[in-house]
Amino acid sequence: MKFVDEFRDRELAGNIAFNIAREADPEREYRLMEFCGGHTHAISRYGLTDLLPPSVRMVHGPGCPVCVLPVGRIDMAIALALSQPVVLCTYGDCLRVPASSGMSLLKAKAQGADIRMVYSVTDALALAQKHPEKQVVFFAIGFETTTPPTAVALLQARALGLGNFSVISNHVLTPAAMHAILALDGGANLHGFVGPAHVSTVIGSAPYAPFAEQYRKPVVIAGFEPLDVMQAILMLVRQINAGRAEVENEFTRAVTPEGNRKAQVLVDRVFELREGFEWRGLGTIPRSALKLRAEYADLDAEQRYGLVYHPVPDSKACECGAILRGEKRPQDCRIFGTACTPDNPIGSCMVSSEGACAAHYTYGRFKDIAVRAA
Amino acid sequence: MIKLDFKHGCIDMSHGSGGRAMAQLIDELFLPLLAGDGLAQGNDGAVLPPVNGRLVMSTDSHVVSPLFFPGGDIGSLAVHGTVNDVAMMGATPLYLSASFILEEGFPLANLRRIVESMARAAREAGVAVVTGDTKVVEQGKGDGVFISTTGVGVVRDGVSLSGDRARPGDCILLSGSIGEHGMAILSQREGLAFDTTIVSDSAALHGLVAAMLDSGADIRVLRDPTRGGLATTLNEIARQSGVGMLLQESAIPVNETVGAACEFLGLDPLYVANEGKLVAVCAATDAERLAAVMRAHPLGASAAIIGEVIEDAHHFVQMATRLGSRRMVDWLSGEQLPRIC
Repeated sequence: MKFVDEFRDRELAGNIAFNIAREADPEREYRLMEFCGGHTHAISRYGLTDLLPPSVRMVHGPGCPVCVLPVGRIDMAIALALSQPVVLCTYGDCLRVPASSGMSLLKAKAQGADIRMVYSVTDALALAQKHPEKQVVFFAIGFETTTPPTAVALLQARALGLGNFSVISNHVLTPAAMHAILALDGGANLHGFVGPAHVSTVIGSAPYAPFAEQYRKPVVIAGFEPLDVMQAILMLVRQINAGRAEVENEFTRAVTPEGNRKAQVLVDRVFELREGFEWRGLGTIPRSALKLRAEYADLDAEQRYGLVYHPVPDSKACECGAILRGEKRPQDCRIFGTACTPDNPIGSCMVSSEGACAAHYTYGRFKDIAVRAA
Repeated sequence: MIKLDFKHGCIDMSHGSGGRAMAQLIDELFLPLLAGDGLAQGNDGAVLPPVNGRLVMSTDSHVVSPLFFPGGDIGSLAVHGTVNDVAMMGATPLYLSASFILEEGFPLANLRRIVESMARAAREAGVAVVTGDTKVVEQGKGDGVFISTTGVGVVRDGVSLSGDRARPGDCILLSGSIGEHGMAILSQREGLAFDTTIVSDSAALHGLVAAMLDSGADIRVLRDPTRGGLATTLNEIARQSGVGMLLQESAIPVNETVGAACEFLGLDPLYVANEGKLVAVCAATDAERLAAVMRAHPLGASAAIIGEVIEDAHHFVQMATRLGSRRMVDWLSGEQLPRIC
């Protein structure tokens, strides 16, 4: 397959792996965080850790939209769907996220709430157009990648004068989460970042400059293909060895310094910063999420239905918080693979295929057992 | 009585009432197209001649949406699905039953198209539809048409295939490229439709199975990787046999168009359904010979040895990736959904 196979080539991967092994100092540690769930998934699916020397350790980051969504936001959506005659539309992964009292959107659907899985916000908008008699609410989640489509849908709804479409915005911002992670302990635990792929196509590479300058952490923006990730790891090892901390771009085929200006303008027209937003595992982070601007208040489901957010503590047994902060690995959690599995997730990291726990369970857990047996 | 209007007519509740309208539907549609010896008897059941050998029986319900898709429709699928289940036991399929649940308002033209396709598939497979049933449900209580088929076949002496017979050291063979049926269906789904040349692989596999059995190779397991795809089928066999598996990613054939469609929808072809492929587990010493026999058959032209059975108390299916790493090929969890970001 053209434009895909080239980035999954065994020989090239072998060459990069050889260089990483040759250049990485076995006496020191390279703890590299891949921020994005897309990278977590790629690393697990392609078994990339097999190609790395023991001194290079990948730490999974919080860049999985479903994983960082706090229970209270899902509770809010469930309460709306069960109490009001609305059609609640959202992405498939959201449906299975465990909420309070053993509920999930999927269970609310089984109890009679009209909840539908859509592939994009466009589908939700089309549903609203097709059924003017129904109130369609889109439960929007995601980082900067999924925000522009939500903005476009809101602008279209306004242009069409649709009175039956509204959005619950859970859109969150990548740089804010990176700041929060580095603020935990001054970033002592991490030596560099594999920077987001799709997010960076929108925001560009410039917003990562503070991490290099302020925190002295190298950032290498990488695509989601295995060779992209391997190359980015090599570039990080080289920066660390040379004592450099710069923003480098491995994903030049899609990412520019300034990003997608058009998308940024659309987002800015519709959204503004929330003062604070709770993230699972990271707590409330100031200016880390987006809400609809006052001019679009009529399309804001939180205002239309008077929704109130109630924070809910995570399950005590679940280590999702520590895993999202990069402090623990999925296999360090007591309930990983026992009480908590993709078929019966207790923590959000076990829900989405981009979640660290689901990715490790699906692709890598046989390695833990081999280790235990040895 | 006026003849059925196959151009503009629709199914109504009377077609399932057991009265004259139902008799007319049988006489003018089902009998002429499906008339086998048994069906023509016009009785509550079909009396069949004695057979020589052990009987195999299998049943399957078909609820595919959309009803018509590139490479087939619910009629041909209802024949192939059941014929293949019988064939995977090493049997020669002989007879089918067909039970239709029709939704009020379903166009007779579509029903005729489906029954014609079913008749063609049965004729090509050399099986006779010997008994059937028709029920009608009110509008909104069905999805056009559901078809249940049951197949009966006879298995030759000395053949004993079962999912619990895979042993460490055995080889795993696959009859051709994966994911075509599932992607052909997905390409037609409302809300997801995309233009593609992908055609369902729906086909009756008993001819290929007969050739494989004729080869004398020591075959332990045959199974068709339908719902849940190749990954699910292999996990089922691993669990049933109490073994592990090690696959070679580069040996698993995936048609380029299917690969590309999976790529942009974020799906893994290992989990996408097939309707005309089989997995065989056989003794390692016979594997190359069996692969050659399969490749000599039109439905096994791109057959490949894709891995081996290994010892593993956890029954994990592992895969050596193209990149030289290893990963697990786990059971399918939930539905495969496109990635959201």
